[in-house]
Amino acid sequence: MLAFLGMDSLEQLFDHVPAAVRLNQGLDLADGMSEPDVGAHFARFSAANRATSAAMTCFAGAGAYDHEIPSVVRALASRSEFVTAYTPYQPEVAQGVLQAIFEYQTLVSRLSGLTIANASLYDGATALVEALNMAAGATGRSTMYVSSGVHPHWRAVARTFAQGTGHRIVEVALRDGMTQWDSVEVSDAAAIVGAYPNYLGVLEDMGEYARLARDSDALFVFCGDPVAAGVLKTAGQWGADVFVGEGQPLGTALSFGGPYLGLFACSVEQVRRLPGRIVGETVDSNGRRAFVTTLRAREQDIRREKATSNVCTNQTLMAVTAAIQLGWLGTQGLRAIATRCAQGAHYLFDQVVQIPGVEAACDQPFFREFALRVRGGAREVLAAMAEHDVLGGLEVAALTGGEDPSVPEGIDDLVLVAVTERRTRDELDNYVNVLRKVVR
Amino acid sequence: MNQVHALAGGRAASAPLMGHETEPTLFELSVPGRTSYQLRTTGVPERPLVDLVGAEHLNDQVVAVAEVSERDLVGHFTRLTHRQFSVDLGAYPLGSCTMKYNPKFCDTVAVEPGLVTVHPGAPGELTQGWLALLVELEEKLCAITAMSAVTLQPAAGAAGELTGLLLMRAYHRANGDERRRVLIPDSAHGTNPASVTLGGYEVTTIPSNDRGLVDLDALRAALGPDVAGIMLTNPNTVGLFEEQIEEIASAVHEVGGLLYYDGANLNAILGVVRPGDMGFDIVHMNLHKTFATPHGGGGPGAGPVAVSARLAPYLPGPRATRTGEGVYEWTTPAHSIGRVHGWHGNAMVLARALAYIDVNGGDGLTRVAQHAVLNANWLRRRVSATLPAAYDRTCMHECVLSATRLKAAYGVRGLDVAKGLLEEGFHAPTVYFPLIVDEALMFEPTETESLQTLEALAQAIERLAERAASDPESLHRAPQSTPVSRVDEARAARHLIATEDAAQR
Repeated sequence: MLAFLGMDSLEQLFDHVPAAVRLNQGLDLADGMSEPDVGAHFARFSAANRATSAAMTCFAGAGAYDHEIPSVVRALASRSEFVTAYTPYQPEVAQGVLQAIFEYQTLVSRLSGLTIANASLYDGATALVEALNMAAGATGRSTMYVSSGVHPHWRAVARTFAQGTGHRIVEVALRDGMTQWDSVEVSDAAAIVGAYPNYLGVLEDMGEYARLARDSDALFVFCGDPVAAGVLKTAGQWGADVFVGEGQPLGTALSFGGPYLGLFACSVEQVRRLPGRIVGETVDSNGRRAFVTTLRAREQDIRREKATSNVCTNQTLMAVTAAIQLGWLGTQGLRAIATRCAQGAHYLFDQVVQIPGVEAACDQPFFREFALRVRGGAREVLAAMAEHDVLGGLEVAALTGGEDPSVPEGIDDLVLVAVTERRTRDELDNYVNVLRKVVR
Repeated sequence: MNQVHALAGGRAASAPLMGHETEPTLFELSVPGRTSYQLRTTGVPERPLVDLVGAEHLNDQVVAVAEVSERDLVGHFTRLTHRQFSVDLGAYPLGSCTMKYNPKFCDTVAVEPGLVTVHPGAPGELTQGWLALLVELEEKLCAITAMSAVTLQPAAGAAGELTGLLLMRAYHRANGDERRRVLIPDSAHGTNPASVTLGGYEVTTIPSNDRGLVDLDALRAALGPDVAGIMLTNPNTVGLFEEQIEEIASAVHEVGGLLYYDGANLNAILGVVRPGDMGFDIVHMNLHKTFATPHGGGGPGAGPVAVSARLAPYLPGPRATRTGEGVYEWTTPAHSIGRVHGWHGNAMVLARALAYIDVNGGDGLTRVAQHAVLNANWLRRRVSATLPAAYDRTCMHECVLSATRLKAAYGVRGLDVAKGLLEEGFHAPTVYFPLIVDEALMFEPTETESLQTLEALAQAIERLAERAASDPESLHRAPQSTPVSRVDEARAARHLIATEDAAQR
């Protein structure tokens, strides 16, 4: 091949790279290792992780939940045609991914009760950022009133990206798990943002958000849990304009936080401001049904600096996985796991609050997750539970990074506990026993 | 050299996609009452939901999903895969996307239970293996880019770009320096200007010269004290190395600006030249391109950002940090811009990339770049009589060819050539990008395609050129052998049907 190019060494291909910047001694990395050797190296990483599902029973949540992922979903989602394709730029040879995304969009639209869903964003947190950008575009305003019941990491991400957009993020305090909307004046709002359930697990009256948004001509951005959406009132029913969510519970493993799936849906009025890709149905030149990415004129590769978003690569494989997982669950299965999450969480809650030194952080309705105050400090109690192979929940102060308007009552003794359909009665009873043992 | 045995070494091109039958949607396959799910036996007492959450929170309507058996579910999604081209099936020379073969070994890592079943919120004491892995990846990415520190949080290249611009902003502000503009060449990817806007800066576009490179005089004229920095892809999107990179770097640094390296094309320079040595201050990498993590039909990717020492205090946090021999903790840099991801980034993608780096090693990564560049140059030269290169000299990992001549002679456009290649069993190149080349066809064969495959691709291109002369109309109608023929994109946009429910109306 080199001879065909009139060259006699591979190095000659780079002759036009200025010598002053060229790397002559090679990379400062070890030489390549065999597969088995790399496998052994990775096995050591695995062994150094104690918090695996095999070693510890998981009661951690905060948007990342330990749900069942059956063999059929894993088998279909790992098919190499889905895994090793790229963005469907050539629809004639990408109908598989395109149709799967169309089905995913349909499911997200139904779960959110809103008309249009996109083809996915990175995760829940970055989906929220896109929703705020949409609200700024729709209203011409830049102040975002965000309930501090929205996941602390999501709020942190919103603050980061506001450094570029110049948006003002106002985080509204909670009291007893409920957002204190009467503490703020919101007439200049671009967005009114809340989570349902909120990150402490509490179900707030989202009708209040819809009223505030309507009265101030702002968009109502609804952060939802896709499993809760199987049984609770939808974002659309509550009057939301935009739904964002963390799609990990729909078939993606815990994966140490990624890749996850940003769910995004909105009312039809906002479709021209929608970030990311949208798949639409059409026909081919022979009149057969076909799918294609559409409304492309919003996107960065065409609109450049005037695009609705800079998103290019998103999380398609996780979106396809979500469609497969929802297909496996079906209408009945989705209701079943949502119901079981709630039943398990309430069964556990009712018992742990009887333990001396443990009390409910909020006296409010909740769905699948709740916050406890534990005597002796959250970090200490969770560390002691870990000794009994129970990942007893998450330390709220670790999520917020310190004091936070979501819990003006104090934070150091707060533990966030989540229950999924995978937790058995024995595991729940064991949780109660372990907690009783470690709280003094 | 053109007398290559047509089948030797395998011909990674094929068209075994399913025929023309359309596949019903999941919803059309649904039969009321049919199920496939099974749940663990838990023994948790059953209670009515209304008692648990209150009637005011319950949806009085059922959210319809789909009701199919497991067998029907498998049939449906398997048939969809038969309507989908992929790297595993055949050559995918989609320029700028680095669609190289994804080693199967790295898939094993991605299902390693000790990694994949770990909750991201579990405390550092219980996730030491993950922290060690992330630190090791950071160190290796630093070695590859000649940078000091890395954030692994950005989930894709565009997320990395925006993170880099926010770092640029934080750096200037910390120096009491409000700057307004970011320079971008006219050949840049669309994500660059979109990211600049979101980063709170204005775009100043720098024209390319007649060699396809940044026009240095135009660059100098655009520079000033209000310039925050420049975003450059090197090699650029025309597949050419910016040979005046030293002059560009010193000109930008002279006015106090920073150099941002868009790592979209990093595959071309692995082990040959490092962004830090060229004077770049901020570098994003697309791990799904350069480090062969599969593209997933459009993600997940991962877009880590590496920076020089002076920018490290602004990196997103928390970061995995080695605090002692074999001891790791999460720490947040002193002047961190904050989080850019809900957790720690696309962790499983990061793990795959590390496995790829380890299997290749420093020597293997250098060979990756060498062979990627060799393949692109061989293809450019081989088809030059049919589709001449926009800039006919040694290119890097990709070559931008032009269909101008076919258009002038026969009315056959670049898009027609791309669609014709689908019929020939290859994925199409990137079409009409970069914008500065007329009828652009951007081919990136990558290092993983064989000489025989490249020869087959070249012969397919020649057949298409012959067809353009003898029967141009057939190319306007191409492709016909694919699962669907050319789709009506205008209709999709005019009459939006983005869900099954919209289709029902």
